[in-house]
Amino acid sequence: MTTSDVTIQEAGTTADRPLLEIRDLAISFKTGSGEVQAVRNAHLTIMPGETVAIVGESGSGKSTTALAAIGLLPGNGRIAGGQILLDGEDISHASEKRMIELRGNTIGMVPQDPMSNLNPVWKIGDQVKETLKANGRPSGPDDVAKVLAQAGLPDAARRAKQYPHEFSGGMRQRALIAIGLSCQPRLLIADEPTSALDVTVQRQILDHLEKMTSELGTSVLLITHDLGLAAERADKVVVMYRGNVVEAGPSLELLQNPQHPYTQRLVASAPSLASRRIQVAKELGVTTNELLAPAEAAVVAPAQTEDVLQIQNLSKVFKLRSGFGKSTDFTAVDDVSFNVKRGTTTAIVGESGSGKSTVAQMVLNLLEPTSGKIVFDGVDTSALNTKEIFAFRRRVQPIFQDPYGSLDPMYNIYRTIEEPLRVHKIGDKASREKKVRELLDQVSLPQSTMQRYPNELSGGQRQRVAIARALALDPEVIICDEAVSALDVLVQAQVLNLLAELQSRLGLTYLFITHDLAVVRQIADHVCVMEKGKLVETGSTDDVFDAPQRDYTKALLNAIPGARLMLPPEVA
Amino acid sequence: MKTNREFEHFVAPVEETPLLATDAVKVDDAPLSLWADAWRKLRRRPLFIISAVMIALIIVVAVFPGLFTQVAPDNGCELANSNGAPTEGHPLGFTFQGCDIYSRIIHGTQASLMVGVFSVISVLIIGVTLGALAGFFGGWVDTVIARLGDIFFALPIVLGALVLTQLPLMRENRGVWTVVLVLVVLGWPQMARITRGAVIEVRNADFVTAARSLGVSRIGSLVSHVLPNALAPIIVLATMELGVFIVAEATLSFLGIGMPGSVMSWGNDISAAQSSIRTNPAVLLYPATALSITVLSFIMLGDALRDALDPKSRQR
Amino acid sequence: MIQFILRRLLQVIPVFLGTTLLVYFMVFALPGDPIRALFGDRPPSEAVIAQLRQQYNLDQPFWVQYGLFLKNLFTFNLGVDFTGQPIAATLARVFPVTAMLAIEALIIQGVFGIAFGLVAGLRKGGIFDSTVLVLSLVVIAIPTFVLGFALQLLIGVQLGWAKPTVGSNVTWGSLILPAVVLGMVSFAYVLRLTRASVIENMNADYVRTATAKGLARRQVVTTHVLRNSLIPVITYLGASLGGLMGGAIVTEAIFNVPGVGQKLYQAILRSEGPTVVAIVSVLVLVFVLANLLVDLLYAWLDPRIRYEN
Repeated sequence: MTTSDVTIQEAGTTADRPLLEIRDLAISFKTGSGEVQAVRNAHLTIMPGETVAIVGESGSGKSTTALAAIGLLPGNGRIAGGQILLDGEDISHASEKRMIELRGNTIGMVPQDPMSNLNPVWKIGDQVKETLKANGRPSGPDDVAKVLAQAGLPDAARRAKQYPHEFSGGMRQRALIAIGLSCQPRLLIADEPTSALDVTVQRQILDHLEKMTSELGTSVLLITHDLGLAAERADKVVVMYRGNVVEAGPSLELLQNPQHPYTQRLVASAPSLASRRIQVAKELGVTTNELLAPAEAAVVAPAQTEDVLQIQNLSKVFKLRSGFGKSTDFTAVDDVSFNVKRGTTTAIVGESGSGKSTVAQMVLNLLEPTSGKIVFDGVDTSALNTKEIFAFRRRVQPIFQDPYGSLDPMYNIYRTIEEPLRVHKIGDKASREKKVRELLDQVSLPQSTMQRYPNELSGGQRQRVAIARALALDPEVIICDEAVSALDVLVQAQVLNLLAELQSRLGLTYLFITHDLAVVRQIADHVCVMEKGKLVETGSTDDVFDAPQRDYTKALLNAIPGARLMLPPEVA
Repeated sequence: MKTNREFEHFVAPVEETPLLATDAVKVDDAPLSLWADAWRKLRRRPLFIISAVMIALIIVVAVFPGLFTQVAPDNGCELANSNGAPTEGHPLGFTFQGCDIYSRIIHGTQASLMVGVFSVISVLIIGVTLGALAGFFGGWVDTVIARLGDIFFALPIVLGALVLTQLPLMRENRGVWTVVLVLVVLGWPQMARITRGAVIEVRNADFVTAARSLGVSRIGSLVSHVLPNALAPIIVLATMELGVFIVAEATLSFLGIGMPGSVMSWGNDISAAQSSIRTNPAVLLYPATALSITVLSFIMLGDALRDALDPKSRQR
Repeated sequence: MIQFILRRLLQVIPVFLGTTLLVYFMVFALPGDPIRALFGDRPPSEAVIAQLRQQYNLDQPFWVQYGLFLKNLFTFNLGVDFTGQPIAATLARVFPVTAMLAIEALIIQGVFGIAFGLVAGLRKGGIFDSTVLVLSLVVIAIPTFVLGFALQLLIGVQLGWAKPTVGSNVTWGSLILPAVVLGMVSFAYVLRLTRASVIENMNADYVRTATAKGLARRQVVTTHVLRNSLIPVITYLGASLGGLMGGAIVTEAIFNVPGVGQKLYQAILRSEGPTVVAIVSVLVLVFVLANLLVDLLYAWLDPRIRYEN
């Protein structure tokens, strides 16, 4: 099909013609084991001035589709079929020269990771300037400063002379947005533009991006894994699953009435949406037990009187070297006190740098507090001798964030789960193997997994192995340090359910460290909100969510994507 | 930006993309450790196969020189044969002293290889231990070891060897072991640096913290978790250094400060060839070729190992 | 930046002190009569011995000896060799020759190494890339002295394209062949380093972003890939300068270049201990200073370094 055919078909006023239309797009990658189809039959339409979001988990083909639209597929990828029509022109096999013409001033891009997308050896201003220059726009210092200022960068003229490492993550993302929009493109591709940032910063940046694009009349193709965020920011949502578009439609309608089983699953699992549903239900006065994770509701019964953990006036001061033997004090945790009741889940919530992980390290007795006490089951843990610490380790176990880093790649799964038993000299070889099998059953992994190595498992499976290892010593308390943050939505829900189920079965106590308030709403009984080392608010989950007392807590709650959506309290 | 446009609601037929169980475990293919994975990649690399075969051959020659030549390399040299052309039973001709070149090459393999192997083993023991301690414990241990390494590192190998071999103790006992000692003294900082870097990269991994919170001691976690994961760059460097040390031995012998003339080694032969190189290039050419092929084999092996063990090339 | 320079200087001083101390200790403090040891089997005259005892202050305690040795080193009061010639004058004569040789080798390995590495990296997996990769291994595997003799024989003697030996009349042109030999191994390393660095940078996120801005490929390569890739390469080149000067011994011996290396080699053959110690100490100083310069260059090229601890 030639360009002219399309133009005739789409004839009419420009406003009626889609700015971007993707038809039957197929993309394949050459790999060591032959050609792999990454995207099949993808289609979507973006009208001028419209925002369309592609939602999907990692590997769904959402980023690949977007990159194809700006001609930036990696070297081993190719468009195997279909069309990408930009204002009627098929650019799926356009020449590199044509693509260079289009990039920047017709199609702009805001990439995902602000840390790696700015060249570390050039000043921010230079990186803006070359964009303006390449697209034939005025590129004097004033023009550069103006572009940066429009993206919400304060003191832009001075900032332009700085290097990327002198910028915070949020600032860098603003600079990248400035670059993406500097030549006023008609289409902006925003690939997870805020997923690497703190929630409150995320919200500011998305608000600003929305304001800028609506002022310029730019169409936006937003790539995200968060259905709540997509629905809130886009007119239309396209759901991709295993390389296919499985459902597409107006945002709210898709959420309220998902048709495809995958979308239904996604809607049911997305923490931001679940959290919003609970909120809406409360406002409507519906009882919410069935909305919580299954075991959560059941555990309310036992008399939860005993405090298994008491954190009293805990502080941690790090000495930072500042050259020539001088050092400055950095207070990571500042006078924090809270209690954890046996058999419950307490969440510590905060953004990066809030000190929440430092608290976890101290509770695990991996880091010595500067002052204050941690009392576990009536005993001050800082007073323990080596032997007592060894015994303490049996009772308190961690699960870490990074599913790729928390298992030793040299150990197979059997050795990984057996290690705690071996270290604590529990049982003989046969009984240990039996225990490992039981543990794999408990975390719903097939027993054949035993012989496998971590690099053969997915992130969620590794996290389940980490849970099995933590359970091997029959601990009483488990510290989950961002344990589900790195997982895809559905897998995340699955692991959260597993944790809840194990809690009700084994009477475990969880201390749950997370930045994600939406997850907290689903699983925690109590919440401690931390900001810059201090505990700013604490209380039962319901109290904190329904009636937050502090501005910081309110800001955090507001930053949960989807807070403005009106969702039905019932779940399909 | 929200517009008020109406959209159609598209739903793909479920049959097109049937739902899979969330996060299902694949049960078909055989389990694969990282080493098995690396081995599988190596087996298909021609570079690896060639270098491995060559090294195996060189080791056999070094251990059983008698299998390859019946001609005695040192006695029975007749000056009448000086710089003689190849003849029956002497395929590569004769040296200035009238010795059989082929036989000398075969019998010289042992000394060259021994220097390389013993130097690398010693460098591994010293360098890995110090590097691992420095990287794992950091702080003043790291500072002391790093500075100590810098001091030796600041001596270019030929310079350092010159000074070391001038020591009375070394001058009086010249032989394989003094050469090994010189190479180890000057070679360990490189190994320590690489080990230190690799250990630092691993020591803060979550699986090490997890082991510690299981009750594994600090040293225990270093031995059972950190070192095994830091091994890849160490193995690569050790393989390459083997080649480098063999060259260094030859260079020292060439300068007259390596092996004593009584020890048969390629370096000594090349050194001795200097005087007659213009009349009879073969004296230089053949031992030099033997030396270069040996070194090349180890360097190629190291290169192939680097590619196979590169974490970036691993799946996921 | 000033703080960074000061900090680097503070780190260089202990290395320099440690290395010279090591050299000095090995020569003068190990068991045996150091003066006799300096001359090996060739007993010097009583006058020379007396002169050396004074030169190295051997009647003083060890630390005083070492301190005075350092002072002499920095004031180029390096004593006399056994023919009575001042060593400092000899060094002033031979040092420029070796510096010329090392700089020429540096330029050759830099220009060709970067050019070949860049082309190979940009066309990763191509025929040029694979050929150059294997050839670079071969170059690394051939010892410098073997290559030296081979090229001398081939280009100097048989083809007659260059003089096989340099002799006393040193010119830039006459040093080309020795410089090629000297720079050959480093050339292979520069090539491989450039290639790896280019490949890594071509896959960097900011290079994709630069393309997305609408920059032409040539612009992306020159402004984003090249500059970032050259940072480790230039660091390596700088660090190799000291090594080239120290490693010139072999090359100078083969091509009869009247430089530091040849002087050192002769001194060793003649068991002239004082000359060996003096030359090695000066070379260590050059090596340490070259590394300091590299660090500063690195900080200048990569803005991130200046701020790190």
